Amino acid sequence: MTIILLIEQVLNGLQFGVMLFLMAAGLTLVFGVMGLINLAHGSLYMVGAFAAAAVAGATGSFLLAMAAALGAAAIAGVIVEMLVIRRLYDRDHLDQVLATFALILIFSEGTRWIFGSFPLYLNIPPYLSGPITLPGDIQYPLYRLVIIGVGLLVAAGLFLLISRTRLGIRIRAGESDREMIAALGVNISVLYTIVFALGAALAGLAGALVGAIQSVQVGMGEPVLILAFVVIVIGGIGSITGALVGSLLVGLTDTLGRTLLPVLFGTFMEASAATTVGAAIASMLIYILMAVVLIFRPTGLYGAR
Amino acid sequence: MNKLGKIALAGVAALWAGTALADGVKVGMITTLSGGGAGLGIDVRDGFLLAVKQSGNSDIEVVVEDDQRKPEIAVQLADKMIQSEKVDVLTGIIWSNLAMAVVPSATAQGKFYLSPNAGPSQLAGEGCHENYFNVAWQNDNLHEGAGAYAKDAGFKNTFILAPNYPAGTDALAGYKRFYEGELAGEVYTKLGQTDYAAEIAQIRASGADSVFFFLPGGMGISFLKQYSDSGIDLPVVGPAFSFDQGILQAVGDAALGIKNTSQWSKDIDNPANNAFVESFQAEYGRLPSLYASQGFDTANLLLSAMGKADIDDADAFRAALKEADFDSVRGDFEFGPNNHPIQDIYVREVIKEGDVLTNKIVGVALEDRGDAYAEKCKM
Repeated sequence: MTIILLIEQVLNGLQFGVMLFLMAAGLTLVFGVMGLINLAHGSLYMVGAFAAAAVAGATGSFLLAMAAALGAAAIAGVIVEMLVIRRLYDRDHLDQVLATFALILIFSEGTRWIFGSFPLYLNIPPYLSGPITLPGDIQYPLYRLVIIGVGLLVAAGLFLLISRTRLGIRIRAGESDREMIAALGVNISVLYTIVFALGAALAGLAGALVGAIQSVQVGMGEPVLILAFVVIVIGGIGSITGALVGSLLVGLTDTLGRTLLPVLFGTFMEASAATTVGAAIASMLIYILMAVVLIFRPTGLYGAR
Repeated sequence: MNKLGKIALAGVAALWAGTALADGVKVGMITTLSGGGAGLGIDVRDGFLLAVKQSGNSDIEVVVEDDQRKPEIAVQLADKMIQSEKVDVLTGIIWSNLAMAVVPSATAQGKFYLSPNAGPSQLAGEGCHENYFNVAWQNDNLHEGAGAYAKDAGFKNTFILAPNYPAGTDALAGYKRFYEGELAGEVYTKLGQTDYAAEIAQIRASGADSVFFFLPGGMGISFLKQYSDSGIDLPVVGPAFSFDQGILQAVGDAALGIKNTSQWSKDIDNPANNAFVESFQAEYGRLPSLYASQGFDTANLLLSAMGKADIDDADAFRAALKEADFDSVRGDFEFGPNNHPIQDIYVREVIKEGDVLTNKIVGVALEDRGDAYAEKCKM
């Protein structure tokens, strides 16, 4: 394992973490502000990717595709919030899980009905494709650096939004006491719709960004959703800082575990057994991380409650 | 999840060769028609139903149900089809884990099972059964072809990767069975993994001269896009699953020029295949895939046996199936001692015809290949 390879893997871990952050931020906001478990968050990720693929296919413009992803996911979020989610705030978590699970099925089959059963094509635009050479002669794909950049920008934007704007104050107030801010004259249902749409748009952006280097297909959101839940549990539910730290922890742990564990086991095991055992343990690593965090910090790293 | 319900096929009246059978054959097709893996099941179903329609045989009735890619649903459907629908023949399952859940109990109840896709090693070896016929391949076959191609192409140091599940370990074992060089690395990825940056970095650092991968479905699309963007230009070889008609357009130009191994290709030149490719396009408005060809062959095998024997005489019907007296779209086809195909495995290259990505045959990897488990089968 050379130092160059290690640096490259750390970058990969960061990129994976930043992508998870875009998912986890929306999820944790919705959970924190409205107390809602939204399993359909992964479907909004899928909506973003499909909207991007459709628009990129029709216009050939990657930037338009990203805008379409943001817009389509936000609109889908607003519709879902007004039609379904709004009725769930006062219900218990089991009802929310059932209803949003139903939404997953509706989104999946609806998407399949519109776009067919075969994966769609969405690729990196030429001006972002290919590797670039970083200091130290590291060859690294430009697009992954762009994802890291976009993710960090979004994180910065969210911090400003939450800490410096009136909307942010209301969101924080809604988190701590929803009856009180309603009594103070804030239109809570509009606030909830806005927060939900914001979370949906972030998920859609993540889906579109990642769709360009992965497969745009029905059901693509659910594996990411599980990871996003792990992230917000580690970071502490409702905390944007927690979501960022949790995402980066999970991204780095997963990526470095996948590469380092087989090598580590190889030092005292036979090569093929080390590959199998290393791969098996690497896939458990983030759940072990989650368990360890929960033992020492039952509310997560930055959890308030 | 949608229930596609039953598709009862009232065939056209014209009977072939005048062999009207007493009560006909009822086929239960359990396949994946919803969710992420639906493309494969839909192709198998469409290929199968196209052959039934073309035969004009009204003695065959097909009941189609969606297994949602879940073993427990597949088992329920099989029980229902056997007990209340009284089907004679089961078919359709795409995934090996579902086949393992359904096939042994179906064949033990005296039903025939014709596999249009899954070919797990257990069912080819010790778990083989006289009523189980595989019309696609034993799972290892296409990977063995890739290994044989790698040997012929002179690869000396291949980096190999597959998901960490039974079909993945079988794939790497199949590749290594015919490949003779060194391994630059051997990596098992997580099943369903979508980001391969870590593995691609390892490939770059490993000093490999070639890459073999088995990553079915979306995993392969993700890997190929990321691999092509990484700037590594080592030759890649893999089984046809990641280069098939259904997903090739989603991979895009990243797949161009890649060699892949398959028992079928749309440019195999024989009358049956030419007619199949043309009629499939006319019927469904898309190019047929590997899976469609397997569904089509499965139906034709069944129809050929129906022309020779009555399903109520199980021994005669079994013998008629075993003869494999039908025009396979892949050319020569016969069953080995364990009822698995003996067939050629071709090397294909991904090319562009106009705007459409597709494959053309560039060579033969293995001729008349059976499988590695036949000798363990005691029927």
